[in-house]
Amino acid sequence: MKGRVLVPGRASGPLLRLTHPISFWGGVDPRKGEIVDPRHPQFGAAIAGTVLVVPSAVGSSSSSAIMLELMREETAPAAILMGKADAILALGVVVGRELGYESLPVLEIATGRLSGLDEGANVLVEDGGEVRPDGPGATG
Amino acid sequence: MLEGHSGAAPGDATAMAMRIVVAAAELLGAERLVEISSAHIDGCLHHGDGGVEFAEALVRGGGQVAVPTTLNVGALDLLHPEVVRADAHKTSMARRQMDAYVAMGASPTFTCAPYQVGHEPELGAQVAWGESNAIAFVNSVLGARTERYGDFLDACCALTGRAPLHGLHLTENRRATVVVDARAVPDQLKGRDVFYPVLGTWLGLELGQEVAVIDGLPASTTRDQLKALGAAAASTGAVALFHAVGITPEATSLEEALGNVPAGRRVKLEAAALRSALDRLSTAQGAERVDAVAVGSPHFSEAEFEALARLADGRRFTVPFYVCTARDTLASVEAKGLAAPLREAGVEIVADTCVVVTPILPVEAGVLMTNSGKFAHYGPSNTGYDVVYGSLEDCVRSAEGGVVMRDEGMWSW
Repeated sequence: MKGRVLVPGRASGPLLRLTHPISFWGGVDPRKGEIVDPRHPQFGAAIAGTVLVVPSAVGSSSSSAIMLELMREETAPAAILMGKADAILALGVVVGRELGYESLPVLEIATGRLSGLDEGANVLVEDGGEVRPDGPGATG
Repeated sequence: MLEGHSGAAPGDATAMAMRIVVAAAELLGAERLVEISSAHIDGCLHHGDGGVEFAEALVRGGGQVAVPTTLNVGALDLLHPEVVRADAHKTSMARRQMDAYVAMGASPTFTCAPYQVGHEPELGAQVAWGESNAIAFVNSVLGARTERYGDFLDACCALTGRAPLHGLHLTENRRATVVVDARAVPDQLKGRDVFYPVLGTWLGLELGQEVAVIDGLPASTTRDQLKALGAAAASTGAVALFHAVGITPEATSLEEALGNVPAGRRVKLEAAALRSALDRLSTAQGAERVDAVAVGSPHFSEAEFEALARLADGRRFTVPFYVCTARDTLASVEAKGLAAPLREAGVEIVADTCVVVTPILPVEAGVLMTNSGKFAHYGPSNTGYDVVYGSLEDCVRSAEGGVVMRDEGMWSW
């Protein structure tokens, strides 16, 4: 399956699906790379190194700043797949890239199209926006 | 024209800012950029050291704002540093972040209410503002045009003098799509300040993705009331623009606000809906004790200081009472002799920042009373305090005895 490239890049990691929209500001601790909003269904989940599926980002535009801090602290996801594009998280990545932090791909892709991928399974995100299972025994 | 700093050529910052503005335009689906005439930067608040590195990279690259630019709150009160509890590293980094934006030529206003300290773009002006309440105010009350800009993009717009042409920059997106009929709400309630944060809370929850026009607000509605309405609506929803018939500049008539197109929807403002919004503003339902009071979100205006001075006259507060404001507003009220009597009554005046963005409230969390819809919304998650919402009069009476006193009679009709 293929998504629209918001920020290009190639990465792989275990799939982590957020089942509810999230505000990174107030919802993610950049030091720990962890979801800290107690009202969020994935409260406590570690997002560092994951291919993170975000249905949509909500709330404060300061979430861009939290995205930047995640990159600086090296606790960012390996890739972000957004159900609905917005300029907030992707903008944080663009700024981080300008500052020389390690970048990550951000795609827009209808989250329903990812239903064939198993939670926690390794997923590869390609430069052109291709998303597919990764690792031994994976089938495309 | 631009002075170079060590390690970066002049103009580097503008080029980087332009790359970020163009990237944002692509993300937002804007096909071109629009020239802006002012900016308000919400990038002074320290969320971590990356924000400092960004700002200082712009300074090293010779970054200077291209348009008149004000600054939002920082994490420190530079006039009264002792009020904020932060370790040496955070204090130093938060200070560097604030200083960096000043070095780029932005005015050191450090306020979420720049429109109270002389930054008032004219009707129809294209601008790029950050800070949700300021966005709602500049769009709705002043009729200037901004989208919801946040960290980094607001600064990049200020440096380049350009913004992505999309959303509320465009006339067709500014017309109201829904009418809120407030004509049946009693005038006695609509005349009170305490009504407006509740109306805003309801608006953000119910119609937070739309542009609403409110019909039936009194001609006497004040700027402070509209400020409180917008701030609350922008806290509970993504409200960046509202209209009020006969009051806001793009709504001289209901038809004008609707762009001469029939409204998609009409919603009648009912007592039960307002009551539910009112209740949502207090997480400490039934609390009796008050541990602290905070007002001034958005930052207190001179008119609000005058009202508080009248109410506090002759009283002595027994719990901490914080008033958050802009340094420029503080200078004016000090010159008028309003600040000293308030301090004698037990008021702590906080400038440049506020109690929900940085640690100021007493460590032992308890119950915070406020007249601000925005404090009531963000207080519990940002400070650990439970909140009780009431009027400024309620806050003053409660702070005197440390016991919740609320006049709730006017909410039923």
